[in-house]
Amino acid sequence: MSSYELVYETYGSLNADKSNAILICHALSGNHHVAGYYADAPENLGWWDSMVGPGKPIDTEKFFVIGVNNLGGCHGSTGPSTINPETGQAYGASFPLVTVEDWVESQARLADQLGIEQFAAVIGGSLGGMQALQWSLAYPDRVRHVFAIAAAPRLTAQNIAFNDVARNAILTDPDFYGGDFYQHGVVPTRGLRLARMLGHITYLSDDAMADKFGRELRSGSFKYSYDIEFEIESYLRYQGDKFAAYFDANTYLLMTKALDYFDPAHDFGGDLNKAFSHAKADFLVVSFTTDWRFSPTRSREIVRPLLHNKLNVSYAEITSNHGHDSFLMKDSYYFEVMRTYLDKVASEFGKGQLPAKEAEK
Amino acid sequence: MSQDNLQLSRKRPDFAAIAAWIPKGASVLDLGCGDGSLLRYLKETRAVTGYGVEISDLNIASCIGNGVNVIQNDLNAGLADFENNSFDYVLLSQTLQATRHTEALIQEMLRVGREGIVSFPNFGYWRNRFKILFGNMPVSKDLPYQWYDTPNVHLCTLKDFETFCADHHVAVLDRRVMTGEGEVKFLPNLLGSTAVYRFQRGI
Repeated sequence: MSSYELVYETYGSLNADKSNAILICHALSGNHHVAGYYADAPENLGWWDSMVGPGKPIDTEKFFVIGVNNLGGCHGSTGPSTINPETGQAYGASFPLVTVEDWVESQARLADQLGIEQFAAVIGGSLGGMQALQWSLAYPDRVRHVFAIAAAPRLTAQNIAFNDVARNAILTDPDFYGGDFYQHGVVPTRGLRLARMLGHITYLSDDAMADKFGRELRSGSFKYSYDIEFEIESYLRYQGDKFAAYFDANTYLLMTKALDYFDPAHDFGGDLNKAFSHAKADFLVVSFTTDWRFSPTRSREIVRPLLHNKLNVSYAEITSNHGHDSFLMKDSYYFEVMRTYLDKVASEFGKGQLPAKEAEK
Repeated sequence: MSQDNLQLSRKRPDFAAIAAWIPKGASVLDLGCGDGSLLRYLKETRAVTGYGVEISDLNIASCIGNGVNVIQNDLNAGLADFENNSFDYVLLSQTLQATRHTEALIQEMLRVGREGIVSFPNFGYWRNRFKILFGNMPVSKDLPYQWYDTPNVHLCTLKDFETFCADHHVAVLDRRVMTGEGEVKFLPNLLGSTAVYRFQRGI
């Protein structure tokens, strides 16, 4: 590609020595709209609004927070649904597969543009956590603290399997047209919604689903049909439809592929200890007890090479009922850990020092 | 020493005893590190590096607030995250008596560390013996629990601990017995309320 665009949002003000910047990396379906809402769309709350904002754990009165839509996304950054200026058609199938490494590379260019030499922290959950880890490896001198929340150093076979089933749902949808469905004026809705329904099951815990839906029936009695009967069916189909209405199928494919490929130890004979030997950042690793998509065991796989390399790391295992989605939920212990750690980060660039007003965007 | 640290060493005399054995710049793993005050104390007075291990949610944020690395983990599940000989010292301060698999944990301490340091309340202290003589389980500053709500499942005396070491190929290198801040040299198993031991793998 000869050029690309990234869309980003910022919150708070960059201080005079540009030392208070935090980059938030998004997960599979996230985007640059991390917190707050727009004047003309008050219902469109940022995906991490509970965590990011004035007085919140990622405090925008102390930090200059950047949310970016990843390259290949479908929320404004150049992606498969963008019109290729050379052909006048959407990139579609011709959009290259991008990796976590590519994302970090493009985020570093954004940091260059904003004049940020070093981030106070790069923070991400799930796939976002992988990007945060990659930051510590690709740019050890450009990030002081890395937050890997509900993440993994690399996917397990089971996780790749889930991704592949989701991809197959899209790839085999007759409306997919090999990725060039834009020209045909259709969207592979059936595939996308199946992919999202499957994903959703893996983001929730067994208990959370039982609590929320149990075996509740919509009409109170069996209909002996294939229509929606159980509440869980209704919920999943609703989530699937909602997602399929706005998310790009090619972006979904590409994001899951980036997840599958990510393995910092790939060039080090599979040895994560070696992979992290160049990292310099301090780390906060957080996992959630009922998360089985990125379980606490996966987070410990991140912690171990950090311990091996004698890096500063703290690890918190949050008791939560919400499975993988826990990282997006409000929880007093989780938020206290985040707030306390970030207060420490803020104290490094001077207690009570107010961000320079002239730098305000 | 800062005012904070001075107060801390008075409140927890075993901290000062532990610090006295640790050379500057040593690497330390503190098991059952609580709110991280010992590690912070050692960081500030001995410039140590290292990590704490703690199970309680309530303490994790305090550790982070104290500026020390903390790994949330159950000691009873072992120390699998830590490699052989990866620390100079592995500490177990006022936690030994509350561990389930005490035997295995002491061995684990000597797997991941060059030396181990433990401090624990001496159950053989005369006040404890006195309470039992008169028919009650001891409740005191060092043992602040009732029999029914105590986390202390493996209380021992100095003599018990030393017998344990001898039986398990653990070589005691140093011992400091205290009552409050004062060191007890005479009849320590009777007159000392707290004991601190430094040990390594025996032959």
